[in-house]
Amino acid sequence: MAYHCVVLAKQVPDTQRITGQVMNDDGTVNRSALPAIFNPEDLNALELALQIKDRFGGRVTVVTMGLPGATRILRDSLYRGADDAILVTDRRCAASDTLATSYILSRAVKKLEADIVLCGRQAIDGDTAQVGPQLAEKLDLTQITYVEALEELEDRQITVRRNIGNGWQQVKTSLPVLLTVTGEANAPRVAAAKQLMKQKKARTRLEVAQEIQEINPDAVEAEREELTASRCATLESQDLLIKHWDLDDLEADLTWCGRNGSPTKVHRIQSVVLAAKESKDVEPTEEGITDMIHELIQDKIIA
Amino acid sequence: MIDVNREGEVWVFAEQHGGVLEETPVELMSKARHLADTLKVKLAVVLLGDGVKELCTPLIQYGADKVYLVEHPLLGAFQTNSYAKVILDLIEKHKPQIVLCGATVAGRDLAPRVASAAKAGLTADCTDLQIGNHKIGKSGETHENLLFQIRPAFGGNIIATIINYDRWPQMATVREGVMPMPEPDVNHHGVIVTETVKLAQDDLPIEILQEHKRAKKVDLKAARLIVAGGAGVGSKENFKLIWDLANCLGAAPAATRPAVDLGFIDHDHQVGQTGTTVRPSLYIAVGISGAIQHQAGMAQSQKIVAINSDPDAPIFGIAHYKIVGDLNEVVPSMIRAIKEKGIKD
Repeated sequence: MAYHCVVLAKQVPDTQRITGQVMNDDGTVNRSALPAIFNPEDLNALELALQIKDRFGGRVTVVTMGLPGATRILRDSLYRGADDAILVTDRRCAASDTLATSYILSRAVKKLEADIVLCGRQAIDGDTAQVGPQLAEKLDLTQITYVEALEELEDRQITVRRNIGNGWQQVKTSLPVLLTVTGEANAPRVAAAKQLMKQKKARTRLEVAQEIQEINPDAVEAEREELTASRCATLESQDLLIKHWDLDDLEADLTWCGRNGSPTKVHRIQSVVLAAKESKDVEPTEEGITDMIHELIQDKIIA
Repeated sequence: MIDVNREGEVWVFAEQHGGVLEETPVELMSKARHLADTLKVKLAVVLLGDGVKELCTPLIQYGADKVYLVEHPLLGAFQTNSYAKVILDLIEKHKPQIVLCGATVAGRDLAPRVASAAKAGLTADCTDLQIGNHKIGKSGETHENLLFQIRPAFGGNIIATIINYDRWPQMATVREGVMPMPEPDVNHHGVIVTETVKLAQDDLPIEILQEHKRAKKVDLKAARLIVAGGAGVGSKENFKLIWDLANCLGAAPAATRPAVDLGFIDHDHQVGQTGTTVRPSLYIAVGISGAIQHQAGMAQSQKIVAINSDPDAPIFGIAHYKIVGDLNEVVPSMIRAIKEKGIKD
């Protein structure tokens, strides 16, 4: 029995490698100074989907919502073995919070007839872990969060092990289902040379248009459009056109998208400046250390 | 989605498993009490389960004015769908202005499902909550007495204050260990409101086949003294220094994420953004550079002692006692000094 797995992935700034230069003087983050990476737990979700395909057959489709630059993680997904990739991008998606994001993604997933929807447990830029469960609700799917391992998949019945913080649970449900996958679930495979050779020309229509413009800076618009259309048609025939959907393609209700669709707003952002109120330098000598211990005892910090 | 409702109560989801209350929602009771008092509304808790009525008394003693008690055989074990359905019905019926959950695994699973169905805003993993006013830039329109949902973001590098002024309830989950456990007050009175719900087997799409719980190897949250080691300790063998210092102080041994990832000690001992948040009287940081992700989990310690060979290590920025030196010499000196009770000759 073959299954269609749809993986939701996000391109994120690499928040694990933030240095002082990334923080602006006003305390905001200069996102452009950070490398953009494949959200780590989304790679675990993709790996789980690829393992399901390897064992049971079927297809893996990866969807991302983001700026056109997020196409990079889609190509990366194709190199690792995904069959299809879809970029959801639209200026009207800007400033979407998790609720609006889950609504937009739900419109995309609805077009795909998924048996299993897989998300990373959370993204490292926001660490909210909200989009998975919100997407499940929007799609009226059963959700299983914090998945650590797939244990059984048979006759559209799935059994997984999930982390419950202080232990684990083995749970079973019927497909369709939405899983959020933790970093412990697996070790994501790397790109396969064969896939890389095959897919490195994969492009979105936006990228093709940009490349055409770079190659033919003097061409008139109509000519560029024609060249773009013909190049896209070629890519599509070779199965190398990465789909690009905007909110019109998704027939999304704009009330629920972008800033309008986002109930949460930012009141204030502060940079983290943690400082001790008073501090002492302690000499690394027997005497310095004994004095410090003595003081801590006197202050009743240690008994 | 419910409309802005200034008379709405402040709610806390009283998460319990097997008749035992989770600590995180209890931790946030004193903060929730304060929010309700500021807004001059009642503090209510929502208690779901099967045969859990006896938990009403402790919840009232922790500060609840009201307990919405929902008992049903199908609510015996936590399941996202059934719990979300019941809580959503209660929200639509009683229109609370604020709904809070602990950011436990169950809370982080349940709250977004409820928020999505309610089309309400939700902020995850808050470390503080306050009531305040928000002025909208251009129009100058001011929304008063909103819930400020304060949380670290961007890997802990910024603190964001999130608000939600048009689609209520204002929802937030609150991180484990960031708020002190309240003392029960036996004189506090509250009422129990029993709610009935209709649930069918269809509302439980998941079958729980097995469940294994294990006790944590260490209770860092309750520890008054903590000795933590970082990657700078160098090896698992050398991490014995951390255990030795901890033992002679009666402290809990802890570690940074890099030290855990290097296998020096078990994950249960990890302090920081992806580990436990602690607030002991004394935190001794040994060979810890002080990445922001680690600081996020320990900066609220009453006193911090930092030992590092690098004078520029960020940990020194928050330390009360700064010891620049070789931990292999400093830690044994500390052990000797403690054994001599720090009393000078």
